Amino acid sequence: MSGEAPLLSVKDYSLEFRTRSGTVHALEDVCIEVAKGETVGIVGESGSGKSVLSFGILRILDAAAEVKSGSISFAGMDMLGAKESALQQVRGREIAMIFQNPRTALNPIRKIGKQIEDVLRTHTSTLQSDLKRKAIECLAQVRIADPERRYSAYPFELSGGQCQRVMIALSLACNPSLLIADEPTTGLDVTTQAAIMELVSELARARNMATILITHDLALASEYCDRIVVMHAGHVVESASTATLFAQPRHPYTARLIASTPSPEVDIDSLSSIPGNLPDLRRNDLPKCRFHARCDRAVAQCAVQALPEVTFESGHRVRCFNPL
Amino acid sequence: MTPNLLDIVDLKKHFPIGRRSLLHAVDEVSFEIARGESVGLVGESGCGKSTLVRLVTRMIDPTAGDIIFSGRNIGFIPARKFAETQFRPKIQMVFQDPTDSLNPRFTAFDTIAEPLRLLAGVKDRATLTEQVFNAARQTGLPEELLMRFPHQLSGGQKARVGIARAIALRPELLILDEPTAALDVSVQATILKLLAELRETLGMSYLFVSHDLNVVRMLCDRVIVMYLGKVVEQGPTEAVFRHPAHPYTAGLIRAIPSIGGRPEEREVLAGEARSPVDPDPRVCRLFGRCPKQVDRCRTEGPALREVGERHQVACHFPQVASAA
Repeated sequence: MSGEAPLLSVKDYSLEFRTRSGTVHALEDVCIEVAKGETVGIVGESGSGKSVLSFGILRILDAAAEVKSGSISFAGMDMLGAKESALQQVRGREIAMIFQNPRTALNPIRKIGKQIEDVLRTHTSTLQSDLKRKAIECLAQVRIADPERRYSAYPFELSGGQCQRVMIALSLACNPSLLIADEPTTGLDVTTQAAIMELVSELARARNMATILITHDLALASEYCDRIVVMHAGHVVESASTATLFAQPRHPYTARLIASTPSPEVDIDSLSSIPGNLPDLRRNDLPKCRFHARCDRAVAQCAVQALPEVTFESGHRVRCFNPL
Repeated sequence: MTPNLLDIVDLKKHFPIGRRSLLHAVDEVSFEIARGESVGLVGESGCGKSTLVRLVTRMIDPTAGDIIFSGRNIGFIPARKFAETQFRPKIQMVFQDPTDSLNPRFTAFDTIAEPLRLLAGVKDRATLTEQVFNAARQTGLPEELLMRFPHQLSGGQKARVGIARAIALRPELLILDEPTAALDVSVQATILKLLAELRETLGMSYLFVSHDLNVVRMLCDRVIVMYLGKVVEQGPTEAVFRHPAHPYTAGLIRAIPSIGGRPEEREVLAGEARSPVDPDPRVCRLFGRCPKQVDRCRTEGPALREVGERHQVACHFPQVASAA
């Protein structure tokens, strides 16, 4: 990342939701950078703000959301200040997203080939007469067998793995420079997961496309990401290169997450869990460190003082008073 | 040798598709579960795991074959009559998604009390309360949570309610369908440990259905691998994981992501499963996806045979463990 400006840069981004039962402090001071062609993993428990962050980047948030502070710049563009019409040029064309459940993300009553054509028609200058051929090409690229025939298939006629391939074909149709994959393989079999991840990383490499992989599976993130960002309750608690993060986790939460991931070497007695739950993000008196109540290394400052950002060698950053 | 708790002999379930075709969901499956034993059942979605579970829990009727439970053939009892028999309380189940499988209008207390009321005929309020509290205590559910509704409970707490409901009747066989799939890794470990502990204290047998192979490895004595309705391999968990004899099992194990794993170095099982409708018995079910296939695999379906102590595989060319 030396010298060159990152493709995506999120700085001090804070986000709240107004709800009937109070204000949800969903994200606070989130900083993330993604360089061209880089694959960055965002990991954390459900409710840690991974998906909401990606919606925030694309500005497809619920009307109740309010950005409290921060900036997001993508390829030199100020995403938070941009007009809706400018954003529409970016979404789908420059930043594409793969959603969690392919079956609900695809239109159930439209042929998959037509859905790909819609994207091409909106975002590219493909000629009407070329649309079908291009759509079939897109399907072939994600290695859907017999793409000519599958062009006319409806989502319900395809297996979960094939639907996810169609989602990938849709999102890659316009050659985006950033792909956000939100739990792209949750609910798929391990064999299908391996094939889908292989496909995504291969296509990303071939196109020099940056990827944000959102997942709760640390093992999966470790295999495919260059860098990993760990989130907990709306905070980025640690970010480092993948090798560094697993070799020497500095934040107690990261260490706990790693220790609770089942693996062939661990037996059930040494598998650990993380005590407690995420704090209720509607509280107005949230402790400064939101992991504080679950942490066995907590010190007096954790709850009350603004969190420091500690930097270790080669860009390994931790927000903790008492890092490991 | 003491008789097994459950013996499944040549069990088949064929569903009619249209007028002439049959979908072979479960095909000539045989296995046994000893008293106190924990058996894992793994395979991709669509391999017949769920159908097999529905057969064993006697929610559907088999096409052919025997289900011998405690020495009695319960395969002949019609599914709609099964709830009235003495066997229903002895075979209980923990369902996959703790949110979907709890009645949203029942408190945790009502949920756990229902099987006691309906199947054990407990009418006396004091006895009922005592038994519910007892089940809650065994599953580590605090008493003050019993008056709460599912939406007021966390994922881990809901999982405990589902387990408490299943063990309230003191079943001899507990069927667990992906009990931790919907949970975060942070709570997964505590639930797995709870299950391991309950099996010991209550002397239950488990049939543990999962596609998380690392979890199966931790919790099960033996493992059964299914592919397209057939058992392709079964044996002691460690033997199967260390020396998978069937190419499908090997592919399944290779596909598990691991921290620090190198995905580019592994072969993934390419392609999709064959159709389960009217399969040709002379063709191996893995034909078309198998890295080892030869012409013989297309003319002679492999039968299960021994490759080690209680370790069976259905393949003409099994990977035989080296004498290490």
